Amino acid sequence: MNEILRKRVLAEGVVEFDIDAPLVARKRKAGQFIVLRINEQGERIPLTIADAWPRKGIIRIVFQVVGKTTEHLATLGEGDSLQDVVGPLGKPTHIERFGTVVCIGGGIGIAPIYPIAKALKGARNGVISIIGARTKELLIMEKEMARTSHQLLISTDDGSYGHHGFVTDVLKNLIDSGTSIDQVFAVGPVIMMKMICKLTRTHDLPTIVSLNPIMVDATGMCGACRVEVGGETKFACVDGPEFDGHRVNFDGLIKRQRMYLDQEKVSWEAYHKGKQEEHSRLGE
Amino acid sequence: MSESPNAIFSSLEINVDRLMEPLKKKKEKIPRQRIPGQNPEDRIHNFNEVPYGFTPEVAILEATRCIMCKKPKCVDGCPVEIDIPAFIKLIQEGDFLGAARKIKEDNALPAICGRVCPQEDQCELVCVLGIKGEPVAIGALERFAADYERNTGRVEVPEIAPPTGKRVAVVGSGPAGLTVAGELAKKGHQVTIFEALHKTGGVLVYGIPEFRLPKSIVQAEVDYVKSMGVQIKTNAVIGKIQTVNDLLKNGYHAVFLGTGAGLPYFMNIPGENLNGVYSANEYLTRSNLMKAYLFPQYDTPIARSRRVAVIGGGNVAMDSARTALRLGAEEVQIVYRRSRKEMPARIEEIERAEEEGIIFNLLTNPKRMLGNEEGWVTGMECLKMELGEPDSSGRRRPVPIPGSEFMMEADTVVVAIGNGPNPLVPNTTPGLKTSKWGNILADQDTARTSKRRVWAGGDIVLGAATVILAMGEGKKAARSIHAYLMGKK
Ligand SMILES: Cc1cc2nc3c(=O)[nH]c(=O)nc-3n(C[C@H](O)[C@H](O)[C@H](O)COP(=O)(O)OP(=O)(O)OC[C@H]3O[C@@H](n4cnc5c(N)ncnc54)[C@H](O)[C@@H]3O)c2cc1C
Ligand code: FES
Repeated sequence: MNEILRKRVLAEGVVEFDIDAPLVARKRKAGQFIVLRINEQGERIPLTIADAWPRKGIIRIVFQVVGKTTEHLATLGEGDSLQDVVGPLGKPTHIERFGTVVCIGGGIGIAPIYPIAKALKGARNGVISIIGARTKELLIMEKEMARTSHQLLISTDDGSYGHHGFVTDVLKNLIDSGTSIDQVFAVGPVIMMKMICKLTRTHDLPTIVSLNPIMVDATGMCGACRVEVGGETKFACVDGPEFDGHRVNFDGLIKRQRMYLDQEKVSWEAYHKGKQEEHSRLGE
Repeated sequence: MSESPNAIFSSLEINVDRLMEPLKKKKEKIPRQRIPGQNPEDRIHNFNEVPYGFTPEVAILEATRCIMCKKPKCVDGCPVEIDIPAFIKLIQEGDFLGAARKIKEDNALPAICGRVCPQEDQCELVCVLGIKGEPVAIGALERFAADYERNTGRVEVPEIAPPTGKRVAVVGSGPAGLTVAGELAKKGHQVTIFEALHKTGGVLVYGIPEFRLPKSIVQAEVDYVKSMGVQIKTNAVIGKIQTVNDLLKNGYHAVFLGTGAGLPYFMNIPGENLNGVYSANEYLTRSNLMKAYLFPQYDTPIARSRRVAVIGGGNVAMDSARTALRLGAEEVQIVYRRSRKEMPARIEEIERAEEEGIIFNLLTNPKRMLGNEEGWVTGMECLKMELGEPDSSGRRRPVPIPGSEFMMEADTVVVAIGNGPNPLVPNTTPGLKTSKWGNILADQDTARTSKRRVWAGGDIVLGAATVILAMGEGKKAARSIHAYLMGKK
């Protein structure tokens, strides 16, 4: 059992938890994740460790409500406990002094790019970050990203804040303006990572992406998380989650992520029906 | 889950005279007693255990078939050398609790072994009665005694030696790890099990299905090990949260590695990453560990399939096929590249699968998997095979028949062609030697590895084997660890 020590709503449908997990906090490195289970009936879901305080024994996760489990998770509050937290899982980000790095986070992908940017800055890289969201209200962790970046660039799809457009546009402008870039890191929706890689490939910019396929055990035991990288099958949970973006088969990943769409809907509906029944019972 | 054993024992008004009657009948031709169970038509619609087990009357009747050999071959046939005639004698006498305790002197997990051991290749294979007729149903009797003890709530905690002050870390909570933990706890050592998953039991909870091994039984056996003072830390992936070296540094005098064979092999043919293609590990883990068969009451989903193809011929393949049927598939096919004779699954499991209507496509091998626009598997192109010369395993090698390609429709494919060792611990443990396949190298007699203070056993050493062999390895390791701990002041 791991207690939720602090909860903050970062944007509509985006929640941050600080969780009591001393051993994980001590061991984790940038790029690693945990798997959690809310309760006995719960499914195992992977979430990136967005930050950690080893001495206090606390880890931070940030998640977006996208289905039944995350919706249920968002209803929990400070003092509630999670049935299971296991980690740190996956390989840590390969950190070295590259020179100038660009860290790109799209939407909820800002949460996982943040620890990477922080570690890169710690390794004395020049860090340029590009973060983006659909609209200003949904942009998260701007302050933290500003702190870990030498330069922070922002875009929103609707132009309500920063550059009007996508993070790819901002990267393109950056490249076109002649900025010398040694390494790119990108985390976000698969389609965003795909577009980024398409762009960086034409400019020969090495690009690391962090993949988020469906997982079960996340210890390399089941193969649910398999992704195709350079024509080979990899298990993202143990071989990744970070890979050379120029070698990833993104279309395959998009398809695999949709495997349980129907059941996700069933699960969500059952959850809401249950909640309604509970409401009407309590109302009587 | 399964209600059957309780139902039997709730009617337990033992009339000793009546029970002893068969004994008086002498050893006249009593046939091997059949184990009653669910009909195929019913059982394919539920996940309850298939066989119900013996009633006390039938158990005594079956026990009386044993002729109590002076030099019992069955004991040699048992990897952990249970004193089989002694426990069968106790059943004959109606002392069922005594029988259970007798078995537990050599085997801490009898309710499990009575269900999943391949007795037909071990104790029952060499039973003298089997020469002319049918062997004693040793497995069913073992199960009966263990169930009786558990259901009457009279499970005894064995005597625990005074604390030695020595600490042992056991990595993995499968049969190997549980055995080591139990044996060493009995000797007074302080044992902690580290398990990567959220539940204890290894393959017993994530792999073998409920209808073959009810999870409440695994839980009872785990509780028994805990009752001896063993601590269990779940959600602890060794190699990640702590390395083996961390454990050795942090006060553990010895470490046992029982991490199993948990790395699924795929065929490496085109289309294998299509949606609807599972490793058996994933398919079974979703269903068993995560209880996807109770979706949406439990959150984890699993493909709802019409036509399922399972590739492989072992127990894992049979379990996957029978699970698919119970999840509601209309048609389930086994695809195996050799013939029925070479199938590594237990005969009992093959027969049950056949009874349940699973179609066997023997001498058949998939060449590629085909999918639709959305990335879902729609079928496989298969090749017919014939048996050629024997290979290194002694079995005749299957060779493809040229031009024999044919199409097989399937919306779900389960790949059950075997598992390798998970590299997580070897990769993070300097000085630990492995074979070229990645299995940890350990001494045959002592289970010691190349690394000081580290022992290993079970599937991680043997490759995917059996529950009882994993336990046998665990006992060996426990003896050697105990000797080491006591020799060193
Ligand atoms: C579907 C299926 C059906 C089977 N049917 C039968 C049968 O009918 N009869 C039979 O005798 N045998 C059967 N077997 C084989 C049998 O289950 C295994 O041989 C046996 O379980 C091996 O025991 P073990 O203790 O070595 O490993 P496992 O049971 O595999 O346990 C290993 C445990 O270690 C944990 N672990 C792994 N890595 C780490 C780590 N780094 N840190 C912490 N924990 C870790 C795993 O999560 C797991 O819980 C079957 C196997 C399968 C998969
Ligand atoms: S999630 Fe099971 S192997 Fe990666």
